[in-house]
Amino acid sequence: MLSFSYARATQVADALGDGTTAQTVFLAGGTELLNWLRLGVSAPQRVLDISRLEGFDAIDALASGGVRIGALAKLNDVAQHERIRRDYPVLSQAVLKAASPQLRNLATLGGNPLQKTRCAYFRAEENVPCNKRRPGSGCSALHGLNDKHAIFGWSEHCVATQPSDPAVALAALDALYITEHRDGGRRIPATELHTLPGDQPQRDNVLRSGELIVGVELAAPAPRSAYLKVRERESYEYATVSAAAVLDLEDGATIRRARVALGSVAHRPWRLPRTEAKLTGLRVADRDALRAAIAVSFDEARALPHNGYKIKLAQNAALRAIELAARTAP
Amino acid sequence: MQFHDQLTVALRVNGAAHEISIDARVTLLDLLRERLQLTGTKKGCNFGECGACTVHLDGRRVNACMVLAAAADGRAVTTIEGLAKDGTLHPVQQAFIDHDGFQCGFCTPGQVMSAVALIEEGHAGSSGEIREWMSGNLCRCSAYPQIAEAVAAAASKRGAA
Repeated sequence: MLSFSYARATQVADALGDGTTAQTVFLAGGTELLNWLRLGVSAPQRVLDISRLEGFDAIDALASGGVRIGALAKLNDVAQHERIRRDYPVLSQAVLKAASPQLRNLATLGGNPLQKTRCAYFRAEENVPCNKRRPGSGCSALHGLNDKHAIFGWSEHCVATQPSDPAVALAALDALYITEHRDGGRRIPATELHTLPGDQPQRDNVLRSGELIVGVELAAPAPRSAYLKVRERESYEYATVSAAAVLDLEDGATIRRARVALGSVAHRPWRLPRTEAKLTGLRVADRDALRAAIAVSFDEARALPHNGYKIKLAQNAALRAIELAARTAP
Repeated sequence: MQFHDQLTVALRVNGAAHEISIDARVTLLDLLRERLQLTGTKKGCNFGECGACTVHLDGRRVNACMVLAAAADGRAVTTIEGLAKDGTLHPVQQAFIDHDGFQCGFCTPGQVMSAVALIEEGHAGSSGEIREWMSGNLCRCSAYPQIAEAVAAAASKRGAA
């Protein structure tokens, strides 16, 4: 770990002022940042600790019927919050399936979606080609081991996926990331936070230097929702693929509106808008119809040499997530 | 705001107050092991993957390798050395012995710290729940069945007390 200097902000204004300086990174839960520092993924001159900004860990009801979750709320506290469990089970489930109990006591909801890909070439301790780590050096995964990599939205420059579970649930819920910046804050739709690699795979998201996520806003309750995570062991593992489904049913049987997002299939949570349109009006008990509706989104899927299985797996995961959501009592 | 390469942190560790001058890079794990000689907390992966360094920070279990010591300034830490009272093992420590919950023992301090917190959190409702909420602690000897039994036994003893 290269040397850096440390300061702790107690006021958000201080964080925004000093945080906009180049070579400064924010420290919240630290569960990603410390590993970036160890690996050399990030080598900042200054670490600005924002973990004790007062009041940014609250979970509050909004007058609109939604909920605002402070960015510094710990993952375990978000997932086990009564209102989140009851009204947004997809988020509670996604958060509880992320990381481990002790990491979830450190990690924050605002920080989690900013984690970087788990691509082994990106995380390598050796100096291997990776356009995300060293722009222009090439992509080792494109012709290397790519069984865990993207099936949607990848480019020849990068085939990495975004591993956050909560981000997938937030994308399906049409949540908003609330940011602050010295030059003004924004409300960023959860479907638009992360970028696709294109020819700039070193970018992960649309945040500007010094822009701080201060909260997440959830719209109206989504009690019929579920998160399914498919992985190589039952717990404490990244997803091979995951699926978040949010349903609005008529008479508990017919889909009035469906929202579906997939995780670990692209460099961002991958919503299925064409599938969602097709799902409207279908009976949730009609498996064949659900399968057909899901399949329409997969004509744009492109397999790499080792990950063709993910196309089938992701469709099955989407189906099961929809069925799980349908069985969730509102 | 003042940024510092070197700073002094105040910590309460197992009830005792400490003031220690450190480099900004030092983790809570390294501070405990190298500066306070509390080597019961183990350094396994140093990447937040194995749970061997689990301690309680203000009463909540965390991976000490993922916490900058500077960020723990002013907080209370409990390590495995802080569990026994007056020469009597903590009930969870005793349960690990009674149920043969380890082989080589390297992961055990982290397992025990995690288990104590798990019981406190109320996550010992079933064997499945215990396994899920112990999943952040890896055991290369694979003593998992005995570990789950030890946690269940300690939890039910506590419930009965």
